[in-house]
Amino acid sequence: MYQYDQYDQAMVDARVEEFRDQCQRRIEGKLTEDQFKPLRLMNGLYLQLHAYMLRVAIPYGTLSGRQMRALAGIADKFDRKYGHFTTRQNIQYNWIKLEDAGDILADLAKVEMHAIQTSGNCIRNISSDHFAGAAADEVADPRPYAELLRQWSSFHPEFSYLPRKFKFAVIASETDRAAMRLHDIGIQILKNDAGELGAAFYVGGGMGRTPMIAPCIRQFVPLDQLITYSEACLRVYNRYGRRDNKYKARIKILVHELGAEEYTRQVEAEFAHLLEQGIEPPLAELARIRTYFEDPAFDVGAADEIDRSDPDFAVWVDRNTHPHKQAGYVSAVISLKPVGGIPGDATADQMRLMAELAEDYSFDECRVIHTQNIVLPHVRKADLFAVWQKLEAAGLGTPNLDQVGDIIACPGLDYCSLANARSIPVAQRISERFAANGKGDTLGELKLKISGCINACGHHHAGHIGILGVDKKGVENYQLLLGGSEAEDTSLGKITGPGFSEEGIVDAVETAADVYLAQRQDGERFLDTYRRIGMEPFKEALYG
Amino acid sequence: MAEPLRFRDDAAASDPAVTVDAFVEQTNALAVRIEPGDDARKLLPFLDRLRLVEVNFPAFGDGRGYSAARILRETGYTGELRAVGDVLVDQLAYLKRCGFDAFDPDQPLDAGDVETALGRFPEVYQPTTDGRPPIWNIRHGKSHG
Repeated sequence: MYQYDQYDQAMVDARVEEFRDQCQRRIEGKLTEDQFKPLRLMNGLYLQLHAYMLRVAIPYGTLSGRQMRALAGIADKFDRKYGHFTTRQNIQYNWIKLEDAGDILADLAKVEMHAIQTSGNCIRNISSDHFAGAAADEVADPRPYAELLRQWSSFHPEFSYLPRKFKFAVIASETDRAAMRLHDIGIQILKNDAGELGAAFYVGGGMGRTPMIAPCIRQFVPLDQLITYSEACLRVYNRYGRRDNKYKARIKILVHELGAEEYTRQVEAEFAHLLEQGIEPPLAELARIRTYFEDPAFDVGAADEIDRSDPDFAVWVDRNTHPHKQAGYVSAVISLKPVGGIPGDATADQMRLMAELAEDYSFDECRVIHTQNIVLPHVRKADLFAVWQKLEAAGLGTPNLDQVGDIIACPGLDYCSLANARSIPVAQRISERFAANGKGDTLGELKLKISGCINACGHHHAGHIGILGVDKKGVENYQLLLGGSEAEDTSLGKITGPGFSEEGIVDAVETAADVYLAQRQDGERFLDTYRRIGMEPFKEALYG
Repeated sequence: MAEPLRFRDDAAASDPAVTVDAFVEQTNALAVRIEPGDDARKLLPFLDRLRLVEVNFPAFGDGRGYSAARILRETGYTGELRAVGDVLVDQLAYLKRCGFDAFDPDQPLDAGDVETALGRFPEVYQPTTDGRPPIWNIRHGKSHG
């Protein structure tokens, strides 16, 4: 994985000092809260309902064991011995004191980590495919491109006061595991007819209160123009994105209002101008970054069989592992969704165990998935049983990847100052219900996503089943959506009808699941059945 | 009123800055003031006679002026480029990287804070027209932007 050189380290160290200085000037009254707020946000520090929350960047979701241990150390030292992995492959701490923020950043800098641009109206952490470098279906490892974008976007002088936040995702396979088309810019690394690598640009996707699927504005940008093209996309947005209304300030609104064709025309004109400026990094830099993402020393003779004699282990293998490009290996997914648990939370002890497993069994690497789980990307099949036993013992062996219990949920009204309703208890009750009635095991792939307000941090638009919490005359109310997908068949869910109470929404999800179980045909997932039979049978069962 | 903070050796232009629309129609104006919604490219035919471009930041969080400045520098403007309005010390380094070489903020800047802010980061990741070599060039033995 990528390692800082003296330049990267100096930038992060300087940022720690800068932020300490900004905090000090705030305390001295030299900065007003209005002046300080964007500065602290650009360092991931939010003021939530009960305390400060600090969001730490995990570039393209990749962590070493040492970094995961450092995250555990911060949870122990500065928080309540746990952290929360997020839908953008980051981690956030919910109980931070402002006066500790500088020390936390200093601890992070020691392990080549930071909180730079994890919030604010700037370019955020670059996310990617969590199976990068391991998946059999990728044309290249997408992470070198994400790393190049990370460097380019860090402290970008022109794009740090954008109309609104800006999120990139980079993938390199036809299968989309990163919700690429639901980002401000989604990049797919692919090969053209001549076999050369390049990038397709999808611009103007997003969730929030106005969900949009990004159109492709360019099929192929050569690799030696990647940064220049990105800069052109951003400049048009910085100049013309709406600033009169924060709810209409994302790039999706600009692309929608101009039309993809006109936006593309403006980008191409800016691109032609910027090509003359010579702002692209040398290709040697991409080559240098790639050397950090070369394959680890796989055991080419590793046995390709898995002993499935333990039935519980066999279920976990079937559900929580993903095919690897190297024979004898798999990627193993650690579920942070135990029955009745808080989606995405991990204790400091669990983080240390995951670090140990990464070090002992996965070439010192783990990944955060946008579904708030952790991947051990390169595990020998022969080691899988030992890994599973250790996970089981730590409450991390739940076999539910992409199943109804693998719920994405935002922090909701338990923590968030923007939320209208709680998300976490709803996720817990649904998870418990489907474990207790046994239906969870029969449903197969069913992606359930819950947001506690229309900002959609819980990706409810993209859930096969989505739940949106709203405030209805002071009472929490939950709308049900069906038919969303964040994968390569991207679609946005549709609301079934009137919302439900907190108990009612759990029943409603079960009712929708029952319709599927009654109607499904061979091999169909929930989403496939919904797409075939449409909304009506579900409405009938829910409201009829 | 405090003197503008300048990073130029020539005398400060004292011409009154007019709006972009007025400037385009006047053949003798030497100074112009860009508001956030203005298109800096309207000035491109007149760069030769321009001595001063003021870019107004009514609110520091409105970043359109950064693009206006870079466009002017990228297209060859070498006169004074002055940031005015809600210009704060924490934005100074980015403004300077985008081509501003003079600052006339509503609230005066603390000289010590300015020095700290401008000297904070040893290197930069991206090239702009300020001539500083980006880290990715330094790594590969290219010491220019």
